[in-house]
Amino acid sequence: MSASVLYDTPGPKARVRNRVFAVVGTLAIVALIAVSIMRLEEKGHLDYAMWDIFNYSGIRQNIADALIATLKAFALAAVGSLVLGVLLAVGRLSDHKPVRWFATGFIELFRSIPLLITIYAVWVGFLTDYSMWALAIGLSIYNGCVQAEVLRAGINAVPKGQREAAYALGMSKTQVMTYVLMPQAIRAMLPTIISQLVVTLKDTSLGFIILYPELLYSARLIASNTQVNGQYPYVSVIVVFGAIYIALCLALSALATWIEKRGRRAKTGIKAADGDAVVLANDAAQA
Amino acid sequence: MNVLLDHFPEFVDGFIGTVSITAVSTVIALVLGIVVAGFRVSPVPPLRFIGTAWVTLLRNTPLTLLFLVAMFIVPEILFPGMSAFVLGSLALGFYTSAFICEAVRSGINTVPLGQAEAARSLGMTFSQTLRMIVLPQATRTVLPPLSSILIALTKNSAIAGAFSVTELFGWQTLMSEQGYAIAPIFLWVAAAYLVITFTISGIFRLLERRLEVAR
Repeated sequence: MSASVLYDTPGPKARVRNRVFAVVGTLAIVALIAVSIMRLEEKGHLDYAMWDIFNYSGIRQNIADALIATLKAFALAAVGSLVLGVLLAVGRLSDHKPVRWFATGFIELFRSIPLLITIYAVWVGFLTDYSMWALAIGLSIYNGCVQAEVLRAGINAVPKGQREAAYALGMSKTQVMTYVLMPQAIRAMLPTIISQLVVTLKDTSLGFIILYPELLYSARLIASNTQVNGQYPYVSVIVVFGAIYIALCLALSALATWIEKRGRRAKTGIKAADGDAVVLANDAAQA
Repeated sequence: MNVLLDHFPEFVDGFIGTVSITAVSTVIALVLGIVVAGFRVSPVPPLRFIGTAWVTLLRNTPLTLLFLVAMFIVPEILFPGMSAFVLGSLALGFYTSAFICEAVRSGINTVPLGQAEAARSLGMTFSQTLRMIVLPQATRTVLPPLSSILIALTKNSAIAGAFSVTELFGWQTLMSEQGYAIAPIFLWVAAAYLVITFTISGIFRLLERRLEVAR
């Protein structure tokens, strides 16, 4: 018996070999990190002064403002993409051909165009003075298309009997959708929906291209405007802002995992989707 | 139409730029992704840990931030004076490698355990098991997610344009700064991306048909 298709339970020889690999691998990584740190130290990026900039109240205020700006854009985009996602999903499943075609065309077009291109076009074309709305609308369009596909998969996964029973009770098409299909689809797809929201959160960083003062924009601004010992503190700024982004994304992913576990515990007979698997399939490898 | 005809050479440059950064970072992402996937399924705990850390870190960082790292930190550590194209490809390749790693890993995990056990009991060596039994089956399940990851990579390459790599987004900003209407520019850029992404999904459909077996 072994737990993996790739290797048997290791015997004495294999155990020794594995231990050698472990030591060599760890040493190689540690050496790589050490060399990087030494090189950065040589260039003065790890000096106390480089990191002291985060003690200035001005810079702290900047970071707080940027965080709020990012969360604002994210909140708008999250609501926008979910509303658009529901509309498009219903549109794709509509009995009326023109509605179906329009929804399908819309989804296919905007899903295959880079988000940045869409955001920029919205900004230049319509909302040059309202970069927050341009960012939120661009994000909503792209992520709405992805969410629509997720929801459609969820609706199609609801057992057929549910729909038939609802129609047999005399419910109208709208009632079947709003009372029977949608709630079950959303419930089953919740982990995937939240995983896509993590992608949306990361994508708010595209706002810097349309000059929206979110986290990445102010990271660039701080790093290029503050000079310490004749150098720009890119390393310290990127480390701090990277940590903020990773913390935000991990918190959202943890929520998805928690919901997934709860969903597995419930006895509704509808399985909660495996967040990662479906999102991968839905080309969520977006920025 | 005018905007395309008047600036056709620049458009072609942008198109070639997008195709080449996509191609280069695809190679980087595939190589790294497969290596890290190997780490994650290996029997050596520290290597597994490195693989997990790699994926968690890269998947939860915005690609734009990785571009900043590539443009401003990497030249400080490695040799200065690397071109924006190389640095951009590195950022894009490293980012995508995390997703490729996950796809490959789940592909390997879908091969039923009995397949490998049967191979071992027939007396096959490790490399024979891997080469003849596990990998051919894993490849087929990995292809569909791989194609969507590569399409996402193509779309993500647009961000490189914001970091002074010549590609299609650069053409879009250049043209709109010259005062052309945004709608036709958008449509031409969109069409160019559709050509690239359709080509990728076409290649993968071909591969899937080639490798198809009854199961």
